[in-house]
Amino acid sequence: MGSLIKSGGVSGAILSRIATNDQHGENSEYFDGWKAYDKDPFHLSRNPHGIIQMGLAENQLCLDLIKDWIKENPKASVCTPEGVYQFSDIANFQDYHGLKEFRQAIANFMGKARGGRVTFDPERIVMSGGATGANETIMFCLADPGDVFLVPSPYYAAFDRDLRWRTGVEIVPVHCSSSNNFKLTVEAVEWAYKKAVQSNKNVKGLLFTNPSNPLGTILDKDTLKNLVRFVTRNNIHLVVDEIYAATVFAGENFASVAEVVKDLDSSEVNVDLIHIVYSLSKDMGLPGFRVGIVYSYNDSVVSCARKMSSFGLVSSQTQFMLASMLSDDSFVDNFLMESSKRLGIRHGVFTLGLKKADINCLISTAGLFVWMDLRHLLRVRNSFESEIELWHIIIDKVKLNVSPGSSFQCTEPGWFRVCFANMDDDTLHVALRRIQDFVSKNSNKTAEKASDNDKLIQNNNAKKQKWKQSNLRLSFRRLYEDGLSSPGIMSPHSPLLRT
Amino acid sequence: MKQLSTKVTSNAHGQDSSYFLGWEEYEKNPYDEIKNPNGIIQMGLAENQLCFDLIETWLAKNPDAAGLKKDGQSIFKELALFQDYHGLPEFKKALAEFMEEIRGNRVTFDPRKIVLAAGSTSANETLMFCLAEPGEAFLLPTPYYPGFDRDLKWRTGAEIVPIHCSSSNGFQITESALQQAYQQAQKLDLNVKGILVTNPSNPLGTMLTRRELNLLVDFITSKNIHLISDEIYSGTVFGFEQFVSVMDVLKDKKLENTEVSKRVHVVYSLSKDLGLPGFRVGAIYSNDEMVVSAATKMSSFGLVSSQTQYLLSALLSDKKFTGTYLNENKKRLKIRQRQLVSGLEAAGVTCLKSNAGLFCWVDMRHLLDTNTFEAELELWKKIVYEVKLNISPGSSCHCTEPGWFRVCFANMSEETLDLAMKRLKEYVESTDSNRLISKSSHERIKSLRKRTVSNWVFRVSWTDRVPDER
Repeated sequence: MGSLIKSGGVSGAILSRIATNDQHGENSEYFDGWKAYDKDPFHLSRNPHGIIQMGLAENQLCLDLIKDWIKENPKASVCTPEGVYQFSDIANFQDYHGLKEFRQAIANFMGKARGGRVTFDPERIVMSGGATGANETIMFCLADPGDVFLVPSPYYAAFDRDLRWRTGVEIVPVHCSSSNNFKLTVEAVEWAYKKAVQSNKNVKGLLFTNPSNPLGTILDKDTLKNLVRFVTRNNIHLVVDEIYAATVFAGENFASVAEVVKDLDSSEVNVDLIHIVYSLSKDMGLPGFRVGIVYSYNDSVVSCARKMSSFGLVSSQTQFMLASMLSDDSFVDNFLMESSKRLGIRHGVFTLGLKKADINCLISTAGLFVWMDLRHLLRVRNSFESEIELWHIIIDKVKLNVSPGSSFQCTEPGWFRVCFANMDDDTLHVALRRIQDFVSKNSNKTAEKASDNDKLIQNNNAKKQKWKQSNLRLSFRRLYEDGLSSPGIMSPHSPLLRT
Repeated sequence: MKQLSTKVTSNAHGQDSSYFLGWEEYEKNPYDEIKNPNGIIQMGLAENQLCFDLIETWLAKNPDAAGLKKDGQSIFKELALFQDYHGLPEFKKALAEFMEEIRGNRVTFDPRKIVLAAGSTSANETLMFCLAEPGEAFLLPTPYYPGFDRDLKWRTGAEIVPIHCSSSNGFQITESALQQAYQQAQKLDLNVKGILVTNPSNPLGTMLTRRELNLLVDFITSKNIHLISDEIYSGTVFGFEQFVSVMDVLKDKKLENTEVSKRVHVVYSLSKDLGLPGFRVGAIYSNDEMVVSAATKMSSFGLVSSQTQYLLSALLSDKKFTGTYLNENKKRLKIRQRQLVSGLEAAGVTCLKSNAGLFCWVDMRHLLDTNTFEAELELWKKIVYEVKLNISPGSSCHCTEPGWFRVCFANMSEETLDLAMKRLKEYVESTDSNRLISKSSHERIKSLRKRTVSNWVFRVSWTDRVPDER
């Protein structure tokens, strides 16, 4: 889709390429699931047969705690009788440094979310329009149009928009595979880096989300250290998006890159190359409040990002409220503990339920989703076409909106990201039941119809497992042959933002 | 290899300019009635602090909006999760109606054509991303808001080519100035994509006349380019005349729903009219679907906080409030502007006759040692460091004539404004006593005033007949 020539226009009124190209990524077919959901959204009582939204990485598990706090602390709002005396000062405040108390509270929260193992300097906290704005801003600061950032795949789908669209920066993926549980290795990064440099690309840095979206896994501290050493040796930047830092399940360990910076000797890490992106959208479940943070150890980047924050400051009304909330240590401590507990429990219930349907997920210890392995259900192994077919079945027959791995640039077909923290317990159980019913119904039905096409298996356990799987594949095949149509015409609704 | 991007090291953000340096000085030594009575008085900040009490009163009467409740029920969760870049429908509807009310309900705004942004800073930048490639240019009449250098050019790579306006006709835009600017762009090998104006003007405080608006619409029609009208000060018009928006002109010329109307875009914000710059509420209004679509996606980079959208949807849907507010706002701005103008006069200083905005465009040419920008900067430094007033020198607004300064009046109390005027008077008198106060300088002041009056008459003759406000 090129730029449009307006009637009679020669140069003149044409819009920019950015306005007319597809680089925002929103015309992709991956939004079919959203559109289907929009047309038929599940509701426990009003629409119990509707599509359950499992494609939205939201954290709805602890909003009650925040709501209660707000109710008990009317002074934190500039609009209540208790807080209105602050209204004019706050409404008038547009300094791009942000409210000092806000920065201090955010630094406090970030430190606590990392178990108090590191502290953050409020002077390095720079606001942005959500992590969306933060990621774009850091690109504007670190790279020029045509420069490259290495990003391990699978990665958050909207990075294509956030990192590239208006900045002109290119993404070169570092493909991770199931052979080692999608773990990011220094070797893989080195290989991708060398290859890019050999093709004359100007690689400016490495960016990844840790804990990972869509995997839900946490990078081990040793690898993180080695990656920091790697970028330092090669004088390229490291941006770590730690938006899921506090979604680490109770009892698990998360090492922030801030810890590594603290631990390593100055000869091993050039701190001018290290930057953190953060947000309250996932850890606190407040995507509507648009709180994004750029945290850099590089003074020039802090200064530049701060000037750029004019394009996406946090509403002072929100800054004021959060400054109060996040400096309440007893609230924060309790919130972080409860949140990681509830997430861990929810994750446990979900993965256990999936196991009952013989569905495995990548072992994960954080995040608001699981990385589900449905390779055994693909009609044709290793086929992205089959992945999309399967995905449509899940939407239309199982009535769940999930995200196919290909939308995250995963190189192996058959993986799906499925969110579990954006619904209540009852809905989760409905979802699990649907999955279990569907799987068992289809394996029972085709019990007699074992196909000759099935490959033979070696041992008894494997035989049992594979038999079930191959029958499932058969049953899906029948569905394929039933002439599944794609979920209808593109609806005009736009997808919600953070997939 | 260069470590950071060129944007970090360039100064296209414009923040090395004197406009921002004055702020820095103020930060180091800010005036406070009690704590620092000898500090620098901030007159470089176009804020509207005159009507907070009205909003605070409204808040007291509307606890639901204040408490994130709807019909007594908490909607906290819905708001916490709401990040749809289409914005809260109730808010866009209320905003559209507010914009209509400001324009006397003579034109309509369709909420579906509104795109929300994080302040007009973000709105203007987003429009540039949508309308111009790096290296393409927009024409802007001078003097213009210093922040445009950052907002329009910095990250977009777009260029600004000035349309030179002069004091000889009250800084109005003329056809020849427009043509000259367009040709200048071509000489520089820059493809002109459009014109951007602020109406009412910052820093002039004047409204574009119908003649100028017609000229602009005709010009963009013939050149097939865009027109952006930043109407952020539309609700600060305190004169007798009503504000004429570019939308009025499209309607009057029967250009609504034509191809031309698709190239006219309005930018708005609640930072000036409602005095809420901290809340970051900006908007783009466009008749071009593709612009609306692209800008909506781009708004992801700077959405308006949902709790703010909710609060303001309630505020702006209250028509009793908005009607009262707009009237009271005008009244108070008018009184305050008068206070500034009289105070300046007492110091022998005149300003461009204005009827909008939160500032006056002050003529201090007679206080310059020489008719140069160096002299303007010298004078400015004296005013900041000796008179202890932070005002904005015309050069920071790209004015082509030295000696003009923008002085804000709506961001302080009456007493502070009084004090500021006293300080200025003392300074002028002390400098005057160092020169001979000759008849000729009195005459100069009188003739300046006369020229300003006749400019006013010239301006008025194009609009409805109004009494002389002075």
